[in-house]
Amino acid sequence: MDSEIKRTLRDGGAVRLLSLEVNGQRQQRAVMPDITLLDFLREELGLTGSKRGCDLGECGCCAVLVDGRPMLACLLPAADLEHSAITTIEGIAEGTTLHPLQQAMIDEGAVQCGYCTPAMVINGVHLFAGELRPDAEAIRTCISATSCRCTGYNRIVQAFERTAERLAEDRP
Amino acid sequence: MNAYRIVGTPQPQIDARDKVTGRARYTDDIRLPNCLHAAILRSPHASARIRAIDTARAAALPGVKAVLTGTDFERTFGVLPISKDEPALARERVRYVGEPVAAVAAETAALAAAALALITVDYAPTPPVLDARQALKPTDDPLHPELQRDNNLHKQVEQRFGDPEAGFAQASIVIEKRFTFPSVTHAFSEPHAVQVEIDGRGNLTVYSATQVPHYVHLALAEVLGIDEHRVRVIKPHLGGGFGGKSDPFPHEMIAAKLALVTGRNVRLRFSREDVFFSHHGRHPTQLTMKLGFHPAHGITALTGDFLIDGGAYGSFGVVTTYYNGVLLQGPYPVPNFAFRCRRMYTNKPMCGAMRGHGGVNPRFASEVLMDMAMVQSGLDPCQARIDLIHRENTLTINEFRITSVGLRRGLEEAMRRSGWREKYGKLPYGKGIGVACGFFISGSALPIHRNQQPASTVRLTVEFDGAVTVYSGAADIGQGSDTVLAMMAAEVLGVELGQVKVVAADTRLTPVDLGSYSSRVTFMAGNAARNAAIRMRRLLVAAACRLLALPEPVYPSPTAPADGFHQGGRAPDFDAEFLGANPDYRDGFAFADGRIRHLDSGKETGFLAAVHAAIEGPGILQTVGNYRPPKLGGSFKGAGAGLSPTYSFTAFIVEVSVDPDTGFVKVDKATCAHDCGFALNPLAVRGQIEGCFHMGMGQALMEEVLHFDGAVQNAGLLEYKIPSPFEQPEIDIVPSSSDESEGPFGAKEAGEGPLAPVIPAIANAIFDAVGVRLFELPLRPDRVLAAMRRAASR
Ligand code: FES
Ligand code: FES
Repeated sequence: MDSEIKRTLRDGGAVRLLSLEVNGQRQQRAVMPDITLLDFLREELGLTGSKRGCDLGECGCCAVLVDGRPMLACLLPAADLEHSAITTIEGIAEGTTLHPLQQAMIDEGAVQCGYCTPAMVINGVHLFAGELRPDAEAIRTCISATSCRCTGYNRIVQAFERTAERLAEDRP
Repeated sequence: MNAYRIVGTPQPQIDARDKVTGRARYTDDIRLPNCLHAAILRSPHASARIRAIDTARAAALPGVKAVLTGTDFERTFGVLPISKDEPALARERVRYVGEPVAAVAAETAALAAAALALITVDYAPTPPVLDARQALKPTDDPLHPELQRDNNLHKQVEQRFGDPEAGFAQASIVIEKRFTFPSVTHAFSEPHAVQVEIDGRGNLTVYSATQVPHYVHLALAEVLGIDEHRVRVIKPHLGGGFGGKSDPFPHEMIAAKLALVTGRNVRLRFSREDVFFSHHGRHPTQLTMKLGFHPAHGITALTGDFLIDGGAYGSFGVVTTYYNGVLLQGPYPVPNFAFRCRRMYTNKPMCGAMRGHGGVNPRFASEVLMDMAMVQSGLDPCQARIDLIHRENTLTINEFRITSVGLRRGLEEAMRRSGWREKYGKLPYGKGIGVACGFFISGSALPIHRNQQPASTVRLTVEFDGAVTVYSGAADIGQGSDTVLAMMAAEVLGVELGQVKVVAADTRLTPVDLGSYSSRVTFMAGNAARNAAIRMRRLLVAAACRLLALPEPVYPSPTAPADGFHQGGRAPDFDAEFLGANPDYRDGFAFADGRIRHLDSGKETGFLAAVHAAIEGPGILQTVGNYRPPKLGGSFKGAGAGLSPTYSFTAFIVEVSVDPDTGFVKVDKATCAHDCGFALNPLAVRGQIEGCFHMGMGQALMEEVLHFDGAVQNAGLLEYKIPSPFEQPEIDIVPSSSDESEGPFGAKEAGEGPLAPVIPAIANAIFDAVGVRLFELPLRPDRVLAAMRRAASR
């Protein structure tokens, strides 16, 4: 065990320079080689909207968009993301205008404790960016990426369906 | 028809926008300057003596600021004053795998983790007690020698009402069965976390993911041996509780102590595995229940013998021990009733309160037995239940006061809407429909710490700018209590919801509220908020009258209803004397659109003008409202357990498909009738019902905490599987309201009661589908299949 600790402490010195884009903003930081993207976002940048529910890739609460694709930030070494573009929940709304899914989550009562909410929105934004009119199966698959213990998912499904309808109306 | 502007309308949570944008701050999102990181070393043994702990190497590591062991804490603690049996860090012995043994604070999280690895603990393992039956055996080395018992019994409760033997003699059917339940856990999304800020005078501000800030405040002062006034507990946004955050915890004591010793801010958070170690979930239960039933008289007698496995420490266990029995007193009359419940200490993570506390497992047993008796009697199990549900304004045999009951009409409607008559007994093999009912307390009538204070108090201010602020100690744990309090204040004061601010769950700024458990908040804090708002309204009406040269209205003095049933024998009560319970606040004025208008004369003034006029004298506009439950219940030992000012009632009708080849059960549809009195926020009520269904279905079909030699085997969210959106069915919620005369605007609880009936409704539907009864949870495919094979070979 001791040698492992020494390694940890020694490696602590071996920082790397990381340059990437977060929510449209270029970030350059010296990081430890083993820091996860989740720690980088939450601890280094202070973007605490991405939630930590397990740190093991099990709960889905830490999802962010990496170059447009949802990934679990707790499983990604930040150092591997040189030149990537990251979007966190803080970067979803455009100014004061919410993404239609965010608005639908509010209106349909899909938000209870809210701990799963950022990841639900991140995954949903990706879904709606790709599919014009996702079906019930695609919606449930998307939602099932994140564990929610409060809602029973019914209101979340409803919010996704409303969003699908709205977007379909907007995109004839 | 909703007579109100805001209450009774569906409202998203007032902080929903913060939650969908990532702005909401949960405990671990707070960033305190110059903060140390704490980490906890946990026991690898279920049962062992601690011979020695060597912390020297850890303490010598550069960057490590403090190391704590059990000897740094003098006092044990516990949420109930009668079982303060838990140490912040183990002393002399460890009692479960995962028990905190030592803790460090260091400059970084990595250093703290490294320091833990440098601590050596010399354990002498002893044989663990692994289940409740083993715990009954005599031993000269019980887990808690301070109880001076020769086995591991923690608490035994026996109660007896009427004459069960005579009741069984009157029955046409008597059924007795044994039931087995594993432990299940809350699995909330946010792991426990705490952060402690210390100031130069040694005052501690403790941010914690807790349902009970006030209890944590008191426990911290006691365990740390400091004056209570040096502590302040704040609950930030909270990512789900369900009872799993309703105790003071060791990690809160540890973090606060580390802050005291180092003089630095301290941050500590749980891993997901830590959450499973901490547990406090539902007790593993073995029970035998006997039902006497007669088609003409309903239940003639009910008896139960419960053995519950409490794990290593007390937590809420004494209450659980009572609740296993007394929560069988509804939703139907039980004229003859007896039970014994024994809670045992074992070398496992402790059990405590979990949604539906104590009432869930016995409810499964009683509703399955009821179903068997009704089927054997040739009765329709849905219609027969409707006929049996408690009448309004009755007393149970153990002297619970049943007031409003909306379930009879609700279940009739659910029966119709679900197509019960066309489906029950008529669906093809493999498809089935089942029903079950339940009831639950709407807040405990007695506080945990016996005192004469109100159960809930709310302070309300209106500022010079018209902002209405509700100060409440109640903890919003995701259920939306801040929203419902704001809605009530907005309703009474005729302002928009956005004009009402909520300051909640901060023990320095908000009045004492006992916390969010036992489904007490909407009812108790709600009554307090409503009363505070009514007082404020009277101040503003008085000011408006001065401005408009009108005489002040004469308010009726509260009188007890003629039947004496409600508020009977009420304790001397600030609000009862002044306002009565749930008082009518019609005063001849209309508050709307920023105006206050006298209805008769049509004269009006601005809301702000009245605020300014009212503020002139005192310089500040402030009122207080409180809620105190009426004096209730019998005088026998344990009469207080399960006493509540009012009770909610629920029924679920559930349709399932059972795969005849695999035994796999899928819930296709559910219909719910839940009597929460008046639904203050129908959107939140719906959310609670759907959430209850999810959790109940999880316990029914898949959830189980597994142990091996006392160690949790599935301490992660992949291994401890909860239902996904693919398993959750559509839920049709039918109107089932009642008017609860003591509830705020007529409201009762909705957050816990709907859970318990879900599980037996699923089991009863499985019987309708494939003709088998199961008496052990979860209703896993292998168990269903084995039962089907047994049935086929008979
Ligand atoms: S924190 Fe749970 S999956 Fe990343
Ligand atoms: S809203 Fe609480 S976990 Fe989803």
